[in-house]
Amino acid sequence: MTAKKATVLQTENLQAFYVLEMQGTQKVVKAVNDVNLQIYENEIYGIAGESGCGKTTLLKTLFNDIVPPLRLMHGKIRYCIDSAEVDVTSLSAEEKRKLRMEFISYIPQGSMSVFNPVQRIRGTFRDFIGSHVSGKNRAEIIESTYQRVVELGLPQNVLDMYPHQLSGGMRQRVTIALASSLNPRIMIGDEPTTALDVVVQRGVIQMLTEIQKSLKNTIILVTHDMGVHANVSDRIGIMYAGKIVEEGTTEQIFAEPAHPYTRFLINSLPKFGDKSMRESVPGSPPSLSNLPQGCPFHPRCPHVKDICRQQMPDFTQLDHDHKVACWLVGEQQHG
Amino acid sequence: MKLLRDLFKDFRFTLSFIVLMIIMILALLSFFSPYDPTLWYVVPRDLRPSAEHLLGTDSNGQDIFWQATFAVRNSLVVSLISGLVSRAIAVLIGMIAGYKGGSIDRVLMFVGDSLLVIPLVLIFVMLAMMVRQSMTLVTLGLMLAAFGWAWDARLIRSMVLSLREREFTKTAALSGTGTVKLVLKEYMPFTMPLVFSTLINNMSWAIGIEMFLAILGLVNLNIPTLGTMLNWALHYQSILLGRWWWILTPVLLSLLVFIALYWLSVSVSEYLDPRTRIQRVGA
Amino acid sequence: MANLLEVIELTKRYSQGNVFDKTVFTAVDQINFHIKPAEVFTLAGESGCGKTTTAKLILGFEEPTSGEIRHNGIAQTRDEKPWITKGVQAIFQDPFSTFNPLRRVEAYFHETVQNFHLARSKQEAVDWIDRKLRLVGLTYPEIAGKYPNEFSGGQLQRISIARALVTDPKLIIADEPVSMVDASLRMSIVNLFKKLRDELGVSILYITHDLATAYYVSDRIAIMFRGRIVEMGSVDQVLMKPRHPYSKLLRDSIPQADPKQRWTTSVTLAELEQQEYLRQGCRFAGRCPDVMDICKSVVPVDIHVEDVRIQCHKYADSAVPSSLEESQP
Repeated sequence: MTAKKATVLQTENLQAFYVLEMQGTQKVVKAVNDVNLQIYENEIYGIAGESGCGKTTLLKTLFNDIVPPLRLMHGKIRYCIDSAEVDVTSLSAEEKRKLRMEFISYIPQGSMSVFNPVQRIRGTFRDFIGSHVSGKNRAEIIESTYQRVVELGLPQNVLDMYPHQLSGGMRQRVTIALASSLNPRIMIGDEPTTALDVVVQRGVIQMLTEIQKSLKNTIILVTHDMGVHANVSDRIGIMYAGKIVEEGTTEQIFAEPAHPYTRFLINSLPKFGDKSMRESVPGSPPSLSNLPQGCPFHPRCPHVKDICRQQMPDFTQLDHDHKVACWLVGEQQHG
Repeated sequence: MKLLRDLFKDFRFTLSFIVLMIIMILALLSFFSPYDPTLWYVVPRDLRPSAEHLLGTDSNGQDIFWQATFAVRNSLVVSLISGLVSRAIAVLIGMIAGYKGGSIDRVLMFVGDSLLVIPLVLIFVMLAMMVRQSMTLVTLGLMLAAFGWAWDARLIRSMVLSLREREFTKTAALSGTGTVKLVLKEYMPFTMPLVFSTLINNMSWAIGIEMFLAILGLVNLNIPTLGTMLNWALHYQSILLGRWWWILTPVLLSLLVFIALYWLSVSVSEYLDPRTRIQRVGA
Repeated sequence: MANLLEVIELTKRYSQGNVFDKTVFTAVDQINFHIKPAEVFTLAGESGCGKTTTAKLILGFEEPTSGEIRHNGIAQTRDEKPWITKGVQAIFQDPFSTFNPLRRVEAYFHETVQNFHLARSKQEAVDWIDRKLRLVGLTYPEIAGKYPNEFSGGQLQRISIARALVTDPKLIIADEPVSMVDASLRMSIVNLFKKLRDELGVSILYITHDLATAYYVSDRIAIMFRGRIVEMGSVDQVLMKPRHPYSKLLRDSIPQADPKQRWTTSVTLAELEQQEYLRQGCRFAGRCPDVMDICKSVVPVDIHVEDVRIQCHKYADSAVPSSLEESQP
């Protein structure tokens, strides 16, 4: 981990809010609040957090899919395309469209809506790929994506089936095959395995990691399941109330979690062979439209101090690759 | 009344609401009419509109303004009877079919679907011909109601079918709640928006059918309604004879009622549809 | 001590298709298990293994095709509502759909109190409800007058448990109670089950696909696969030393929250679930690593290995006589 890695995606003080107007009153949902991410090539970056913490919105902004009521309030998103930095928020709709599938692709949670229900899988592939490639070798490329499906261990006849004939796990694997078909540099997965059974989940994750290994690209994987993160992620960002509160390598996060929230997340997980009492995070997650002053975790934090109620702590470097936003940590370091 | 305030943001709702209010006031004025609407030759015939007779008089010797108040009232009564009774039937049948399922569902939906496919207008004409003279406003309303529930019963049935699978149905059962109470307390609130918006549609449908039957002369022409007024005006060839005040009154009034009811129904159902609601209320 | 609940040869078949092209498939296939007073019994398996159907059968929401369900030795009859007659209650998977979004949550509590004649006055009812809510860490004023959307998923699931407790049940059937609750709040629900068992003596039928929480909370476990119970015994036996190849696969597929224990082997997935249901012989034979010829033709029967009941030909030799059946604690 000593060599400086090439960055593929970077955000700078990213703020994306939902601005809703109801009967004259404005409601602002601070879904992505001051997020600084630096994601490298050839890694699996995991984002963990509970529902309603803004994970999905963060992915949408990273995917550069910002449509009202979601608004980009502040900050920048940069993709590194062929070692040139591109500020993607300023791109035109056509340029954005071109980047999708070819540079960055998206794997949704429920994969049913991806496919046209009255068309065979083959047709959906043809439509998706066909709209992104043109020219003489178009037919060739489409043909090669059919090959890809088979290479990824899916049965040959899957292309000739209708979406409803596939089980949830199979559909999800076909979705992933589709998302990877144009060899994108970044693949974004939004809880891609959450609705699946454990054995199927394992198969889907296996497929994701195999694709990542062969393409040497980047996967940004959002899931609330810390077990999945432990299994596949290289680095993990812990998201709480629209902010990344801790970031580190998977080993660092699991071995020495620094933020009290991360500690709760990891210690609450039951393990085989260990029946000792596990505690949930106390309280409930805050509403993103009505965040508490200071550190958003302070109402649930057992180590809360006065400063936590007033000011948001900085994102401080703790160790190589390991950053955390918590007043406790700063204190320990300073004395 | 957050609901009303939201609704009044739509100018169509506001406008149609005002028009309907005026129509209601007109209907209420009938109670203060100086003339009996069933008597003929109570005023001089065929007078143009004047201060004494606001909308003139007709060839039967009746005051058109006061006659119109009765006509509006009676048309509204017929449409309300039809609307309310058919809603009640639709809710009852939809709920039973949806909740009970099985053969009861199939029988009820067979009856409903039959009503949807047979040409209703022909049935109405036949029925009206048979019972013309004994037909009152109430029987007319009930006749319309008996045929106007099928589509909405289907909608409510499908609603209940999906609600039945939601887990709160089981929660209510586990709370010891009986079937009837369960359906009334758990499902009824979901169907109310639909019942309300289809009520408006059914009312304008009932007014239309009533006018159709009246113009054909298939209802009791001694009862003033928008339809029978039109029938008399056409009967005495008021257009040819230049008595525009006679024919225009029912035509304009019924147009106003239709447009107002239509806009009301459109804006209410748009309000109730969450997808369009966001656009309107602003997001 | 008598068994609180006994399920004997319970079978549920569904037929699909029309008169001409009918496929009958067996969602629950001759399953046997029992639940003792004050224990957490887990029914684990993947979706489509028949665990939810089993719950519906026990609750009387569905009629069994054959077999029997006994409460304290007394058989449950058709059309019986076990929540009224047998002290059975249930909580469901989706806390947001457990309560009608158009009704206040306390309405369910008051209705339960009223329908079960648990209080004579309004004040008595409120006191009764408040006592039950305190068991799950809430109070009556916290829920009064509120609609379901004003609570978080974890809170709603606790409210749902409190509602089930209103009738003083002996058995609570919990169908995937934590799968839609945030991971950070799951343990608060699971810990409640322990508390109810230890303090109130309530038994819980915990239906889940999450073997890690099952290990944490339950006393005994049954692994279901395609309608059959393939392995049953104490959690320590079944989860720490799984014998049936499917139990092993399931156990190994739980992602461990430890980066040092990553998966190293790969899995083969079933291509079509429907086909596994219709398979002759052992239904796992299609992807079993230890498959033998006999597996493809003969349905394995219950055999006992140590204290574990198992359906697998692999252990036919090491089985103990079935006279020991069910007599073991």
